[in-house]
Amino acid sequence: MTDSKGLMSGTRVLMSGNHAVGEGAIRAGVRAYYGYPITPQNELTAYMATWLPEHGGVFIQAESELAAINMVFGTALTGARAMTSSSSPGISLKQEGISYMAGCELPGVIVNVQRGGPGLGNIAPSQSDYWQATRGGGHGDYRTPVLAPHSVQECFDLMPVAFDLADRYRTPVVVLSDGRLGQMMEPVELHEFRPAGDLPPKDWALDGCKDREPRRICSLRLKGNELELLNLRLQERYTEIGRDEVRYETIKTAAADLWLVAYGSSARICKEAVKRGRTAGLKLGLLRPITLWPFPSLPIAEAAASGVDFLVVEMSLGQMVEDVRLAVEGRSRVEFCGRAGGSVPGVDEVLDSARKMIGS
Amino acid sequence: MEERLIISGFGGQGILFSGKLWAELMMHQGHHVTYFPSYGAEVRGGTCNCSVIASDDEIAMPVIDVAASLIVMNQPSLERFAPLLAPGGLAVINGSMVELRGPLPGRVVYSPPATEMANELGNVRVANVIMMGVYSAAGGLADFDAVSAQLGRMLRGRKEHLLEINRRAFAIGQEWMAGHAPDADA
Repeated sequence: MTDSKGLMSGTRVLMSGNHAVGEGAIRAGVRAYYGYPITPQNELTAYMATWLPEHGGVFIQAESELAAINMVFGTALTGARAMTSSSSPGISLKQEGISYMAGCELPGVIVNVQRGGPGLGNIAPSQSDYWQATRGGGHGDYRTPVLAPHSVQECFDLMPVAFDLADRYRTPVVVLSDGRLGQMMEPVELHEFRPAGDLPPKDWALDGCKDREPRRICSLRLKGNELELLNLRLQERYTEIGRDEVRYETIKTAAADLWLVAYGSSARICKEAVKRGRTAGLKLGLLRPITLWPFPSLPIAEAAASGVDFLVVEMSLGQMVEDVRLAVEGRSRVEFCGRAGGSVPGVDEVLDSARKMIGS
Repeated sequence: MEERLIISGFGGQGILFSGKLWAELMMHQGHHVTYFPSYGAEVRGGTCNCSVIASDDEIAMPVIDVAASLIVMNQPSLERFAPLLAPGGLAVINGSMVELRGPLPGRVVYSPPATEMANELGNVRVANVIMMGVYSAAGGLADFDAVSAQLGRMLRGRKEHLLEINRRAFAIGQEWMAGHAPDADA
């Protein structure tokens, strides 16, 4: 295991995606990690077990996924940065806790290293939890910002972004990785992180009420229209997030006939497809959402209005493609290429689909 | 420079160690690197493989569909990965355990008896590093000093007693390579 304490900023270290998430979280100031084992995210739990206590934080291997998310809930109440991680079936188990955190307006970070589903499924990489991640996941009228790294460096870099978003908007934030990204290793350039300077004070935290009025945080809201008021406040915040927090990357989209749209590991496949396609005379570009919610609808809508067609590539049978279609609103063609159940589309499959679209 | 290497064999043959050795070495030489292991249900005696890509350019996809080089430690690995080897590609196969049952036309094949060589050295578990010695010498991408330094970075603390034999294993692989031509019937 890579030595967390001895790592100097500015050095390049060969790390797995799972370890990079852990190192990023530690450097983002996470104070508590609660987890329960499941492949393919175990290396993250192991990393936190080894290194978080060395940095003065708390590591607990909980008795279940439910316990782990409720420990995050409890820590978040005190204002400290807390996180949990799991893989798809385990994330399903955490949804109740995530909904409660959304209802209590509490920050926290949940990492999902996706594997094949539905059910217990398999341990191969997948992206079939897109809907669960971007539509709230649990019960109630809520959303969670979703960050989707596509490289080990980004696994590291997006962790402080996740914690800052969580604190800024008082919301759980999902980091959506997958088995391939979690297991692969790449060099990571390590940085120091500091929380953003303009984060609001946690004047709601239950951190001891000596010399002040006691505070109360409760998920049950029975009085009058207080629950509707909460929902309206949340929606206002989601509008703000949708306006200010969209992140994406574009590659060779200027003068492209066809835009591929893909995130995470699929985006890596598509980067290769753009490269090989261009060599073969196919004018391909790639739009890679980094935030899956809020979704980069605007650049897609603008491109659609100028006549660009889209090929959406996912390790599922088509989930994000619905967000692309919502953005396009029928103004241009949107097709899909994907594999399910832990299978991963190959570059040739993507190029075949692209050829069919360009040729027809 | 771009090298796409698949290393494959039984779990316990040091496949992932070899892959990490190569990936870290290439990183220290300033290249972009990706390393992707098979993962999950692997156990000692099961199958195991990893893909290492090193390139001067940013690497798009970490999984190899066309390989420039193969290091093959057991028979099932040859059957599985030989079809991915590009024309002109390099295959280093463990001659002690792998039989080349059909020709690999247009590919360069070396078959060092790595398991026997490792046994002679006193530890069968360094066969993987002997293979890396042959591979490095055949591909010309790393010399002894660089690999020796990398082994030193990886075999520290309670693994330090394994450093010397691994360095010798690498050197023996390089020496074997110097005295052998590619398999004529490949």
